[in-house]
Amino acid sequence: MFDLTLIWIVIIGISVFMYVLMDGFDLGVGILFPFAPDDSARDDLMNSVAPVWDGNETWLVLGGTGLLAAFPMIYGVFLPALYIGVFLLLAGLIFRGIAFEFRFKSGSNRHWWDRSFSIGSTVAAFAQGAVVGAYIQGFEVEGFSYVGGAFDWLTPFTVMTGIGVVAGYALLGATWAILKTQGETRDWAYRIAPTLLAVVMGFFLLVSIWTPLASEHVRARWFDQVSLLWAFPALTVAMAAWTLHKLRQRSDAAPFIGSMILFALFYFGLLASMWPYAVPPEHTFWDAASDPGSQLFLLLGMLFLLPIILGYTAWSYWVFRGKVRPGEGYGH
Amino acid sequence: MELDPLLLSRIQFAFVVSFHAIFPVFTIGLATYIAVLESLHYRTGHPDYLRLSIFWTRVFALVFGMGVVSGIVMSFQFGTNWSTFSYQAANFIGPVLSYEVVTAFFLEATFLGVLLFGRNKVPPGVHLFAACMVAIGTFISSFWILAANSWMQTPAGVELVDGTVKITSWGEAIFNASLPYRFAHMGLASFITGGFVVAGVSAWYLLRNRHRSTAMTALKMSLPMLAVITPLQLLVGDLHGLNTLENQPVKVAAMEGHWETQQGAPLILFAIPDSSAEENHLEVAIPYLGSLILTHSLDGEVLGLKSVPAEDRPPVGIVFWSFRVMVGLGMIFIGVSLLGAMQLLRGRLEHSPRLLRVISWMIPLPFMAVLAGWFVTEVGRQPWIIHGLMRTSEGITPSLSGWMVLATLIGYITVYTIVFAAGLTYLRRVILAGPEPGPGEHENRSAHAKRPWSAVGGTSDERPAQERS
Repeated sequence: MFDLTLIWIVIIGISVFMYVLMDGFDLGVGILFPFAPDDSARDDLMNSVAPVWDGNETWLVLGGTGLLAAFPMIYGVFLPALYIGVFLLLAGLIFRGIAFEFRFKSGSNRHWWDRSFSIGSTVAAFAQGAVVGAYIQGFEVEGFSYVGGAFDWLTPFTVMTGIGVVAGYALLGATWAILKTQGETRDWAYRIAPTLLAVVMGFFLLVSIWTPLASEHVRARWFDQVSLLWAFPALTVAMAAWTLHKLRQRSDAAPFIGSMILFALFYFGLLASMWPYAVPPEHTFWDAASDPGSQLFLLLGMLFLLPIILGYTAWSYWVFRGKVRPGEGYGH
Repeated sequence: MELDPLLLSRIQFAFVVSFHAIFPVFTIGLATYIAVLESLHYRTGHPDYLRLSIFWTRVFALVFGMGVVSGIVMSFQFGTNWSTFSYQAANFIGPVLSYEVVTAFFLEATFLGVLLFGRNKVPPGVHLFAACMVAIGTFISSFWILAANSWMQTPAGVELVDGTVKITSWGEAIFNASLPYRFAHMGLASFITGGFVVAGVSAWYLLRNRHRSTAMTALKMSLPMLAVITPLQLLVGDLHGLNTLENQPVKVAAMEGHWETQQGAPLILFAIPDSSAEENHLEVAIPYLGSLILTHSLDGEVLGLKSVPAEDRPPVGIVFWSFRVMVGLGMIFIGVSLLGAMQLLRGRLEHSPRLLRVISWMIPLPFMAVLAGWFVTEVGRQPWIIHGLMRTSEGITPSLSGWMVLATLIGYITVYTIVFAAGLTYLRRVILAGPEPGPGEHENRSAHAKRPWSAVGGTSDERPAQERS
């Protein structure tokens, strides 16, 4: 007999991870936007993500509706608990989303859409980081509902995880820019990427120290017995060193791959820390699960549809492969 | 003053849904039109179809962008403001909305990238395929949304266990009693909206003697379609009404403004319903016609609002008047599209400036009709969030305070106002620039630079022309 809930943890886990990787680099491009050397570099950056950002962001919607379908308690507790944060996230995503179309249709107002793109991306990234922090922190729950206050989520810890994710997405964005651009834009991305990598590793260290202090459960997981888990931080440091090395060699693709693997390590390290809690400090994924009949009904479709989605997503990345060429892109 | 989180949440939800609803209803119709244009160009190679497709794709991209960002808000609204409803209905709502994402959203988003940016990167057949996928995606999306909404209106295939919905039959739940009518009604509404916008913009070009060839091509496509579909919508609307009478008679009583249950009910044309006095003021009515339309018999019995306690009745005024706005606009659509198609067939449309002007005035009206219809069905569902099963007041998030909802409501209004104002400005700019002029259709730039818009717009007015590749 297979455990449906476990399968759903894997599916939601992959969906959220796909979102973090894919929208991560295009949010990162937005975060770095104001620091780009000039307007033509900004055009290149925007054109490098314009054909794919919408598909990337759809993974977030899948994460949201997937939670509602498979783990309604997570959906029903996280969203009310992060009410104000969710508004900021959505407002950020709105402003950056419309900037893609509006920027290329505006004349003298272009700088407003540049700001809308960069501030929107930064706010959305920060809000996502704060969600991660709030998850580690835990929620005040009675029955199946959140009962805490509007700003319980906003603590020094969540501010730190928020800024950490902004830095992480910026690293993804910079290495994406190295992959997709050339000339001055790529030179600029090569210059800033090592600094961003250092900042990200700084946050990794900070989180690694702070999280066990903030959560008894996490402390027990990591320090009560020394286990295979310690491979995560060791691999993380090795991966960071490799990425830095490849940046020094001015390799085009390797730094982006390195950054993505770093994100995977952070992500699965975090899940390992929190396992098996869906709504900490009390409720596990099995407590939060929906009716098995509903989980099964959706699973049958997902098993069939997810490979198709991954297929045409990969195909669209293939269509838009290679470097962005100046002046190309907004031809529609 | 005590702020009521329930009332404010309802206002907030109504606001974000209404704002969002106008975009898909337009893009569903327009996506189909673009797919048809691309197919015709693929088969005939006629440049007018390509020019029209490029032009309307540009409009589509702007409107779709606004639809997407406001749609993302919708998928989180259930959780932020209606978490109790979300939790208790999750076994049904969750899979249905997830199916929408995996069958429609990914399809639309991915192939839109190819449609917009891939014309020179993929073979023409693949580009046409992308256009078709976007159009199909919009329809699949509306199917799932309407399945969820219809189920909230006419729930089926479920039982309540400890207040939580459990599915007994997926088939009955998804294909519930009102889904076919709602789906047909909204599908036609999308074609009507897309059709009138295309026809209106084309008529406007003819009036200004611009893009004559492409504008006539577009009118020849849109007006005959509208002439068929607008009367069909009346028929589907009537069937939808009969279905509502069967499943939600109190909603129909509110739509019709009937307080008393009666045989041979009149059709009320004008009235000011008064909920506290439980009667209508200034009523103008045609005897027996109400029963005839609703029951297809002169003395058929029609249920009145008083048949249920006051706390089970929807707000009558909004439902009554929204319904009249919707039906009134529908009649105008039928009249204008029949007249337009007739003049077109007689070859007189091009030389009828008055009719062309009327057609160009139609542009905002389908949006108003859709919103009015949406108000009828959603406000008419009150006080139920799931008809007969769960009250709206029971669905709200328990931790919400009034000021939280008010703050975010003001936030959404501010954000959407900026988005909408900017979006309309750029849409106006794209439409003023128009499609690529055909051979022998020299766009006289110096002539229309005399208009104040171009003088102010400066370089931006030129941009769309330069962007074309």
